[in-house]
Amino acid sequence: MESSLTTKRGKALKSVHKHGFLYELKKNKVLFLMMLPALAVILVNNYLPMAGVLIAFKNFKYFGRNFFENFFKSKWVGLENFEFFTATPDAFTITRNTLLYNLAFIVIGLVISVFFAIILNEIKGKYTSKFYQASMFLPYFMSWIVVSYLVFALLSEEQGFVNKSLLPMLGVSADALPTWYGDPGKWPIILTLVNTWKFTGYNCVVYVAAIAGIDQEYYEAATVDGASRFYQIRKITIPLLTPLMVILTLLAVGRVFYSDFGLFFSVTRNVGTLFETIGVIDTYVYNALRNLNDVGMASAAGLYQSLCGFILVLSSNLIVRKIDPDKALF
Amino acid sequence: MKHNENSNTLNTVSPFWNGLFHVIFTLYSLACIIPLLLVIGVSFTDEKTVVTSGYNFIPKVFSLEAYKWVVKSGDAIVRAYGLSIMITIVGTILSVSIIAMFAYVISRKDFKYRNTFSFIVFFTMIFNGGLVPWYMVYTNFLHINDTLLAYIIPSLVNAWYVMIMRTFFQTNVPDSIIESAKIDGAGEFRTFIQIVIPLAKPGLATIALFQTLGFWNDWYLPLMLIENAKLYNLQYILYKTLTAIQYLATASNMTQGTAEILAKLPSETARMAMCVLAIGPIILAYPFFQKYFVKGLTVGAVKG
Repeated sequence: MESSLTTKRGKALKSVHKHGFLYELKKNKVLFLMMLPALAVILVNNYLPMAGVLIAFKNFKYFGRNFFENFFKSKWVGLENFEFFTATPDAFTITRNTLLYNLAFIVIGLVISVFFAIILNEIKGKYTSKFYQASMFLPYFMSWIVVSYLVFALLSEEQGFVNKSLLPMLGVSADALPTWYGDPGKWPIILTLVNTWKFTGYNCVVYVAAIAGIDQEYYEAATVDGASRFYQIRKITIPLLTPLMVILTLLAVGRVFYSDFGLFFSVTRNVGTLFETIGVIDTYVYNALRNLNDVGMASAAGLYQSLCGFILVLSSNLIVRKIDPDKALF
Repeated sequence: MKHNENSNTLNTVSPFWNGLFHVIFTLYSLACIIPLLLVIGVSFTDEKTVVTSGYNFIPKVFSLEAYKWVVKSGDAIVRAYGLSIMITIVGTILSVSIIAMFAYVISRKDFKYRNTFSFIVFFTMIFNGGLVPWYMVYTNFLHINDTLLAYIIPSLVNAWYVMIMRTFFQTNVPDSIIESAKIDGAGEFRTFIQIVIPLAKPGLATIALFQTLGFWNDWYLPLMLIENAKLYNLQYILYKTLTAIQYLATASNMTQGTAEILAKLPSETARMAMCVLAIGPIILAYPFFQKYFVKGLTVGAVKG
């Protein structure tokens, strides 16, 4: 951004630099006014909650309707909330689930979307490939609630298509039918499938665009040398996509402490007996806050997530910047 | 290359592989569409048939009862539908205006504090206070829970969209145009409205579509902040019905006892009909959506 300034304007800027913030505020009143609504929203929505992390060090109780009254009347308890949180077996379970699910999503998502992007580029037929892309994109536009309905229509134990029609048709006897919403062991696979299904179309787009941007001369030269199409994919397409794959993966790794609330909360219908395999940090915080009313535990788990997430984003960004400064977030 | 008819056969895959790729894509496309067809199928099936033989793709006994019930008795559902439409329209307009104004200012190279203010927004992408303090701010400090503001305010500004818009202004609005407008005596705001906005239309359309989808599909904010059943939006009523089918009975405005309503209620098919109604607008706007989304995603890939 800086480099694009012309010298003329650079000089002009320097003279302005002598004046302080108030001078700028007066001179660019209108510009500041234009920023005001957005600043107000992020102050309320993002910065006040950042200050509010102090709740995690209090034994937070409701005394009245006013936050400050509640906050100041609640006692400081130091790290007690964190001690309670880490003493529960849940702390390990939700961390393990959050990390493992995210790793599975990252690896499977990467392989499938790159694979689809490459073969989409190879097939003949402009309209069919448009149709494929459109249908792959469809799940992305549905809310998690709608997705939950689709999953429920398939897996419901009473009326579900799988248990009522598909499995009996395949000769599974009535008492051998699986109870989908009652068996924790099945959910890692179901959730991974659902997540892949929802986001493949979306993830694919970026790689399709990257492949379209590859210089055709590489392929022409390879053809002259007698390389087959598959050899070209292996030696040209994939190597040229690799930097993008590495960067998108690293950025995703920066977010492994966060998970998609809708997937783990709504698609699973938040069934308590499934906790062992579906509990992630986000749903744990929600349940602690809204269902158990345990503000201390919820805020401790939330701050734990925020801090781990922050450290990971910073470190993954550092690596991205080493590889390709243009692709780094900051 | 594949469009070049004279190209060597080495430049394309063999017909066998081409066929195989088509098979893979056909299967995957079907996998994306089929679950939706199941829900649509159930919504057009007779309630008793569903209860006895389960959810099926093709209605054994065709019936429009579910939709009739939703329109006739589901006052709450009709209201929620209207609410969803209103929130989506108002929210999107407000959000796009606010984002555009902010992004424009931080895109101006002659604005001294552009980096400071960019950072203020950007930092929200890498650190957040977590759910509990966020929840406290809205319920305990601003007290906008259980008002329509709770649907809109938290989603108004998204750092990622601000960054996309900033990049868009930087690359599509030349400084010289802004300068010449100033020389002609136009004020900052007039320059923005009359000169900058028309140039940034494609970028604004992309953000607007992202936000339209976000507001329409939102069920998280009502889950967190709305208790009053009169203020439920469509997605949230759907969620309530998924967890407890009886919810539909309370959603209808009939005055009989709940048991009686439940007996008459085509509950299985009605909730699938609601689900279809929730995706309806998206499917209708789909070609439009897809075009701008793909554009937007590629815009977003270019960092400012």
